[in-house]
Amino acid sequence: MSAPHAAHGGPAGFETAKLGVWTFLATEVLLFGALFTAYAVYRAEYPALFHAEHLKLDRILGLANTIVLITSSLTVVLGVDAIRKGKVRLLRGCYGATILLGAVFLCVKYVEWTAEFRHGAYPGTNIFFSLYFALTGLHGIHVLLGMGVLAYVVVLAGRGRLSESYTTPAEMSGLYWHFVDLVWIYLFPLLYLIG
Amino acid sequence: MENDRVTESGGDESGYLAERGWRSWAFTLDHKRIGVMYLLTTIVFFLLGGLFAMLLRLELLTPQTKYFSAHAYNVFFTLHGAMMIFLFIIPAIPSGLGNFFIPLHIGARDVAFPRLNLASYWVFVAGFLVVLASLVAPMDTGWTFYTPYSAKTGAAVATLSFGIFLIGMSSILTGLNFIVTVHKLRAPGMTWHRMPLFVWGMYATSIIQVVATPVVGVTFLLLAMERLLGMAFFDPAKGGDPVLFQHFFWFYSHPVVYVMILPAMGIVSEVIPVFSRKPIFGYKAIAYSSLAIAFIGFLVWGHHMFTSAMSPLANAIFSFLTFFVAVPTAVKVFNWIATLYRGSITFESPMLYALTFIFLFIIGGLTGPFLAALSTNVQLHDTYFVVAHFHYTMMGGTVMGFFAGLHYWFPKMTGRMPGEKLARAAWALIFVGFNVTFFTMFIVGVRGMPRRYAEYLPKFHQENVIATIGSFLLAAGVLLLFWNLWHSLRKGARASGNPWRALSLEWRTPSPPATENFHEIPEVTDWPYGYGKPKRTPA
Repeated sequence: MSAPHAAHGGPAGFETAKLGVWTFLATEVLLFGALFTAYAVYRAEYPALFHAEHLKLDRILGLANTIVLITSSLTVVLGVDAIRKGKVRLLRGCYGATILLGAVFLCVKYVEWTAEFRHGAYPGTNIFFSLYFALTGLHGIHVLLGMGVLAYVVVLAGRGRLSESYTTPAEMSGLYWHFVDLVWIYLFPLLYLIG
Repeated sequence: MENDRVTESGGDESGYLAERGWRSWAFTLDHKRIGVMYLLTTIVFFLLGGLFAMLLRLELLTPQTKYFSAHAYNVFFTLHGAMMIFLFIIPAIPSGLGNFFIPLHIGARDVAFPRLNLASYWVFVAGFLVVLASLVAPMDTGWTFYTPYSAKTGAAVATLSFGIFLIGMSSILTGLNFIVTVHKLRAPGMTWHRMPLFVWGMYATSIIQVVATPVVGVTFLLLAMERLLGMAFFDPAKGGDPVLFQHFFWFYSHPVVYVMILPAMGIVSEVIPVFSRKPIFGYKAIAYSSLAIAFIGFLVWGHHMFTSAMSPLANAIFSFLTFFVAVPTAVKVFNWIATLYRGSITFESPMLYALTFIFLFIIGGLTGPFLAALSTNVQLHDTYFVVAHFHYTMMGGTVMGFFAGLHYWFPKMTGRMPGEKLARAAWALIFVGFNVTFFTMFIVGVRGMPRRYAEYLPKFHQENVIATIGSFLLAAGVLLLFWNLWHSLRKGARASGNPWRALSLEWRTPSPPATENFHEIPEVTDWPYGYGKPKRTPA
């Protein structure tokens, strides 16, 4: 029962932060959960429409993005491992690479979206594309947020605030990035592959 | 007997209130100051929402529209509902009193994430500002924003939904903070079964906030996108399903009813034993029934949609589960009454409000089954019976619990006692006014008067006049209550550390508490309800 008492504004202990981030991730799951539910409901209602529309998505770009994101999860893991061993510069390198991969992901997404707009598929076109743009858009925002959080950790590390005895920000941001990655792992088959 | 705990009297003059200037408030990381800011903000919204209620009642004095247009009436009831729900009832007890007292109750110096706490306050304020901005084209949809109307009306639906999205985010962050605080920051010896019941209520509340709020957040986001980008989620013309909106909306909005009531139940569980001088009866049953209510609360949202074309099987299942919520709720009520039995009861203002809570909440609760049963629901759906039912539970329940807490903890928060004479006068006005207003609505509802109309048939005239008179009594009582507290803040008698001779931890610090809450983190050896019989921690 004798847990550490955080002073005003001081860094919360590792266990405390971990519980906080996991609880936060639970809320994120539910945020996407409502959209997944909507997807399930409408797909059951309009199977023909969903089949016809999903063929218009670019599977190759989708697959490329999947590979990009999985690779970014790897670089995050390497970063966390680095700081646990006290290698601050390696952490910065790995997290920098992750941010870069996130940017690549968003660029590919941009190319995809513009191509879809060119072919006349807009957010308001029909239910499938409404869901597609809502899901990928919301996910894109999360990628952007994740990149911001990782950048913050890179800055913290640059100021010498992280070490093998204080890894909390690196580990927590890594956890968040894995979540962002994981959501895409569900989105890719759901939108691109299953017809 | 209960004086075996040290009562620190007075303490240093101003405690956590010592620092002056707006910066010391706006950038504070102290959970007590953040709690006070929440309290003041939400009370402003309560008065504003009440003002809109008065305008509604004024219009309903006559069967025909007289003072306002029908559109203005729609705007007023939307604002009344949206403000009361999103800006007062949901945040007032958890974010206000909860912020202030959870750390004190469990013997912590602060919440787990003080910066996040401050952020969630300012996100709340930002959300409120966005809500204000939506007033350029005021909402006329009712607080539920049902599609397809909300997707088509000329009002600023997207703006308002975004405002509520922000307020929801603030609610999630607060709930998250409390969950982690309760898990990780309890003082040595503060086991789960020694926690005050207010903390149990808040813990269950936080779980609901964290699990339900994201769903309504994304729902409002979809609604906003539907309006801004012409997306097709809920618009039947594009193949969307308005009933799906209702499912999403109530998946949040029904559990959130328990976000409103569970903290108030927690307050009542604190007040009743103190003013009966008896150990609380059935501590564990009360504690776990909060969790049970939170859990079952997630399974009953469909009872808001019995008339919205769900399948008969779904209707039957939701109806059955709805009856089921009554069980843990009744457990609590029976335990409070058993606590009162043969107690040395005194009727100070916190106790008056706590007893009023029980009385009104029982009426609200007993009218629930009429709405939970499918056949009577069809008759009563969208009538004033529903209005009366949820005002008895939300205003008669939550608001009375809030008032009980406000009077009970006023000495701790401010270092002054609330003026007792005026407090009782205000209570009498509120009690009479409330029942005259809302009991009348049960009657007029059963007779078939629909809600949300600016005009009504002449045969309902008499009841509406009575209800309006009652509502003005109620308003007078509420104004007197706040005037009294305001007055007591300046002129009230100095409060000792423990004026009610209670046993929970917050009373072991000076009034008002120092910035760091406790000079030394207390070692907890007993539960907080051992009146007359020390050492009664249940296993």
